[in-house]
Amino acid sequence: MSAAASVSHRSVRSRRAFWQYTLGWGGLHVFTILVLLAMMVPLVWALISSFKPSLEIRRVPPVFWPSEFLWQTYPQVIGHSLFPNWAQNTFFISILATLGVMTSAALAGYSFARFRFPGRNLLFGVTISTIMLPDAVRLIPTYLLYYQLGWLNTYLPLIVPFWFGGGAFFIFLFRQFFMTIPIEMDEAAKIDGASYLQVLVFIVLPLSLPVMATVGIIAFINNYNSFIFPLIVLNDAVKFTLPIGLRYFAVGPETDAIPKDNQLLAMSVLMTAPIVTLFFVGQRYFVQGVVMSGIKG
Amino acid sequence: MSTIASGRPIVASRTRSAFARQEAMYGYIFLAPWLIGLAVFVLGPMIASFALSATVYGIVKPPEFVGLANFTRMFTDDVQFWPSVGRTALWGATFVPLAIGGALAVALLLNQGMKLTNMYRTGFFLPHLFPTVASIYIWSWLLHPQFGFVNESIFQLTYNLIGTGIEGPAWLASKDWVVPSLIIIALWGAIGGNSMMIFLAGLQGVPKEMYEVAEIDGANAFQRFLNITLPMISPTLFFNLVLGLIAALQAFENAFVATAGGPAYAAYFYSLHIYTTAFKFGEMGYGAALAVVSFITLVTLTYFNFRLSRRWVYYAGEIKD
Repeated sequence: MSAAASVSHRSVRSRRAFWQYTLGWGGLHVFTILVLLAMMVPLVWALISSFKPSLEIRRVPPVFWPSEFLWQTYPQVIGHSLFPNWAQNTFFISILATLGVMTSAALAGYSFARFRFPGRNLLFGVTISTIMLPDAVRLIPTYLLYYQLGWLNTYLPLIVPFWFGGGAFFIFLFRQFFMTIPIEMDEAAKIDGASYLQVLVFIVLPLSLPVMATVGIIAFINNYNSFIFPLIVLNDAVKFTLPIGLRYFAVGPETDAIPKDNQLLAMSVLMTAPIVTLFFVGQRYFVQGVVMSGIKG
Repeated sequence: MSTIASGRPIVASRTRSAFARQEAMYGYIFLAPWLIGLAVFVLGPMIASFALSATVYGIVKPPEFVGLANFTRMFTDDVQFWPSVGRTALWGATFVPLAIGGALAVALLLNQGMKLTNMYRTGFFLPHLFPTVASIYIWSWLLHPQFGFVNESIFQLTYNLIGTGIEGPAWLASKDWVVPSLIIIALWGAIGGNSMMIFLAGLQGVPKEMYEVAEIDGANAFQRFLNITLPMISPTLFFNLVLGLIAALQAFENAFVATAGGPAYAAYFYSLHIYTTAFKFGEMGYGAALAVVSFITLVTLTYFNFRLSRRWVYYAGEIKD
């Protein structure tokens, strides 16, 4: 009898706790979803409005839902503007620059992680402190350098520098990851007669796929979104990348019969799509890289 | 016996030093691309900026040495210098705390252990992925004075709540509202972005036992946040503050794409001044001088940031003496 009483007592208590629990969690979820919905408004609005007839984008009061969906805006953007050129240029530059970052940052990270040489700690300190170096102080002299080299209005300034180390942050990521790989792996391979480069290529890198994915994704996104260097380096509209091409299109005059508002919105959506896709594919690696950057802060 | 004893170490150290020399050589070889890159694209240009800042240089003619004339011009004769400094300082002082506070708030929300947290996290991060150019164009429609969804919502909301519809501001088209608009747009991309992710990782590193002990001692949620969470994540907070400030004081793309610094120079930040001076007017020497001032300011700020951090940043693994 006492056992039965205690059971019923417990169930009452747990039921009360259950309600508290659900209300608390439920409230939290509702709040989170409301905030998220508010943040999604620009995204959803852009997607929907890119299908609106142009008159409905400029209407007082504004309409959220289009009266008809104009699918042809997207084929028009792809068929009649410089957008395909810009997309092609952007991918070309981003892929080559990213390959450069992955190659040269891996080499530098390997050097910092595995070799003892005079000045290593000093050089690593200098490398890390360049993360905090403002771009503005490099902008003018590098521009003048590219001018002297005859590199202006070419893609070289947007690709070549990335083959020389690729930046401190990526070197740091590679170094940290390489340091987690047991050095016995290297030594065993070296006893078998492998050179240092062979150890890196055949032993260390195959074990480093996660950090390579991290560096690859972040470097690609950075290069894809890069704005100020393409802006000062490139002059011909045909050679533009997507970010500066979009701005060129927006500030320029209306060129053809297709309304500009629709095209600009469609271009914004099209330009964002590859980045979002890449993020969803490699989300795990991306998050890892971001978190790593904060660890040693 | 003694010969063996004295001989051995010599042989061993000779082979070791040969090996060490080879190791060092390969270390430098692997580092070479970065060392070249560091010299040619990072440190060299930095030094060149200092040299250029003492010249008048318009690319066509060779640079002409003018000493400190660029700096006296900056402080006494350049009508855009001090206003752009003020705007940039204001931007840093408002945007950085809002962005860090917002990111911390989102991270705290996502650290409650809700189900679906991963999905929510992705949702919050999504705006951060938007290329600045795309987000500016989308927002300039939302914030459009007449056709904008934001002003329409303000009107409808006030009309239904208090009976009279309030006309929203002109946002990016108004010189009083352009900077607040840019702050809203930048916050949209920032509060779920990288700093939020870093906060989240920091929060997940706080030992659960600390909260349990505090709860037993009768600390309420606010006290636990103030006395456990904040000190424990202070290194993360510091990291986000340092990099956030450096980024904010270089703010360029948002203002440049949205209004090119306008209307009436209201969003003409310091980096826009550097850009305009160097690449619109072709004054490379004066532009370099402006860049040098921004560099020195940032280094000084970062230095004081580090100095001050000793008072409030707590490293759990650190041994205090």
